[in-house]
Amino acid sequence: MTTLPAAYPGPDAPVEAVPRKISRKARGADAVFVHGSRAIGATVLVITGGVGLFLGWQAWPTLRHYGLSFFTETAWQPEADVLGIAAVLTGTVMVALVAMTIAFPLALMTALYISEYAPAFIRSTLVSMVDLMAAVPSIIWGLWGYFLIMPRAAELAVWMDRNFGWIPFFDVKNADPDSALIEASISSYSFSMFCAGIAVAMMVLPMSCAVMRQVFSQTPPGEKEAALALGATKWGMIRSVVLPFGRGGIIGGTMLGLGRALGETIAVLLILSPSFEAKWRVLEIGGNTVSALIAGRFGDASKSQLSALLAAGFVLFVITLIVNTIAAMIVNRSRSGVGTDA
Amino acid sequence: MTIADRADAPVVGQTFLPRYDDDAAPAVPRASLGRLTADEKFIRIGSVVSGLGLAWLITQRLLPLQGLPWFLIAWFACTLLVTAVTSAMNGGFVEVRDRVAATTVTVGALVVGAVLVSAIVFVVVKGIKPLMHLNFYVDDMAGVGPKDPFDKGGAAHAVIGSLIQVGIAIAITLPLGIGTAVFMSEVGGKFSRIVRTVVEAMTALPSIVAGLFIYTVFIVALGFPRSGLAAALAIGVMMLPIIARAADVVLRVVPGGLREASLALGASRWKTVWYVVLPTARPGLATACILGIARGIGETSPVLLTSGNAQFFVTNPTDGVMNSLPLFIYSTVRSGEPNAIARAFAAASVLMAVVLILFVVARLLARPRKDSSGRWRRRRPAVDLEHSDPLAAMGPVSPAVDTTYRNEDLS
Repeated sequence: MTTLPAAYPGPDAPVEAVPRKISRKARGADAVFVHGSRAIGATVLVITGGVGLFLGWQAWPTLRHYGLSFFTETAWQPEADVLGIAAVLTGTVMVALVAMTIAFPLALMTALYISEYAPAFIRSTLVSMVDLMAAVPSIIWGLWGYFLIMPRAAELAVWMDRNFGWIPFFDVKNADPDSALIEASISSYSFSMFCAGIAVAMMVLPMSCAVMRQVFSQTPPGEKEAALALGATKWGMIRSVVLPFGRGGIIGGTMLGLGRALGETIAVLLILSPSFEAKWRVLEIGGNTVSALIAGRFGDASKSQLSALLAAGFVLFVITLIVNTIAAMIVNRSRSGVGTDA
Repeated sequence: MTIADRADAPVVGQTFLPRYDDDAAPAVPRASLGRLTADEKFIRIGSVVSGLGLAWLITQRLLPLQGLPWFLIAWFACTLLVTAVTSAMNGGFVEVRDRVAATTVTVGALVVGAVLVSAIVFVVVKGIKPLMHLNFYVDDMAGVGPKDPFDKGGAAHAVIGSLIQVGIAIAITLPLGIGTAVFMSEVGGKFSRIVRTVVEAMTALPSIVAGLFIYTVFIVALGFPRSGLAAALAIGVMMLPIIARAADVVLRVVPGGLREASLALGASRWKTVWYVVLPTARPGLATACILGIARGIGETSPVLLTSGNAQFFVTNPTDGVMNSLPLFIYSTVRSGEPNAIARAFAAASVLMAVVLILFVVARLLARPRKDSSGRWRRRRPAVDLEHSDPLAAMGPVSPAVDTTYRNEDLS
């Protein structure tokens, strides 16, 4: 026998159905956390965004004063009110191109070796070594390039001028590679954008290599095994599966390295002997880059010159930003990377 | 002769041990798929060795190509050639391409390894003389000229300056960077997307421009003298986006299921972050930060513009000029004196050692922990370094992220 509670109001009594209140608003410690972290985010936004805005704001008067000639003038003579970044911009691009020409094949081969050819037990050691290479300070690569590589690179430059001098890139003015007194004019082949590019290449190589290796390691193993099962050799498998899959990583990693190469300062400052001339002859002595210009000229700069240097820095920043953004888009849109389920 | 037709054939239901069959053919080892056969091994090693011999013949006897670089290039070319010929003897064009590609890729990796080793060895060898003197580690360069012998002067002031500057920079950037990363990945919302875009954009800032910014604002506009503080700020401006971005990538690969489990058990969002997300990401965060620090300590260009160049001990970062290791190396090597250059190389070895120590610490922290008994603990759901390499995180590549869970902020 069941008993109903005495106070049971009966089935027909009105029930006050009040739904429980649900709120996603943070309360208590959560509110502190949410607002605190938002405040930190806002601080960082102000700091980092402020740097970018400040550069643009400082660059504006210079860009307006010199107009388009800021990009076409090669000389940097603030006393004569003639200055432009054509020479340094060309130098920046040439050094970066030399660096990428050297770094790209080496980075690609190292990434392929680590992800495909290396025995499994040394793979993690090799990954660590690439990371270590990225952590080597740029001044050390500068010393390495200046004292160890430059004498040999100069000899190589003489040889290249002798045999490939008809290509405008490899021509060297004011020096005859076939002369008997080549030892005396070897300095015409040193302190060049080529030598600087080698040192910069070693700085950007590990970064490109790390990106490529990471993308290669995400190749679906099923597709690799399928290629091998169909009778492909290892190289056939790499060519038909790994490289197409990692194309985004290869391009993106290279462009990321390019972005780093454009902004590299100290190795270039150490090796390159400064000259203000827009030229393509990478083997020849002399050249300049935007960052080396800033490092060399900031000390004795007046207010307006400082503004011009900031404008040059702003242009460099914008170029780097564009390169990095394109790299990010390529990497993210390719099959590997964010947004795929494969 | 088989077991079945033996005289003592087993009764049904009885167990028996099989006897060893003496007349059976010897066991054939299973064909191994991965391992090279003996003659393949011989061909591979033989190609390299015969390439060495040919290279010696060509460079030392036939052609006037002196020097180690030509010898190495000739060795590589001859090895490629012999590899191609030997593989063409056994197979077709496909084999030749496979072998040549394998050799080329291996040599490329070897070149990169040789470059790294040569840089480290070269720096240490060139700087070995000053490094052998104890005063190099405890003295400053006050009153020591560039031509003075190695038993006078040292780089201790530069080491101390570097540590102080990077210490200040870390004290500023680490809380801000990790806090921003937590905000971007754990709080979310529209505003966090703006922050993320700006932070990612600012990783493109060249370090020299960061230095120029601090120089213009802090020294020219506000009128402060060049000091260690200014240098620390310049390093901080350079490091902040890098650390924020790397930490963000590491936090984003923390499995969403862990957060959901914690929230479902009734933990608040704050407790979820503090007790679940951050501990899980701890090794990755440590690696990201230490690699950022290594980058900060080795960067010369922001310091070049902001810190001045003191030749003596300075411990107060607000008190005028200061020195740091990269700047010391740069300014010393610029003087051109052989003794000064040797000193610069010695300082470079010290810098390299500092970076190496930081690097090893980062790797040790990133490892999964070991139990006291030495056996691997049940794998914690730690951050997978293969997929969230903090080094790659400094670039535009973000690892595949589980986007099903986003703690969107509705307020």
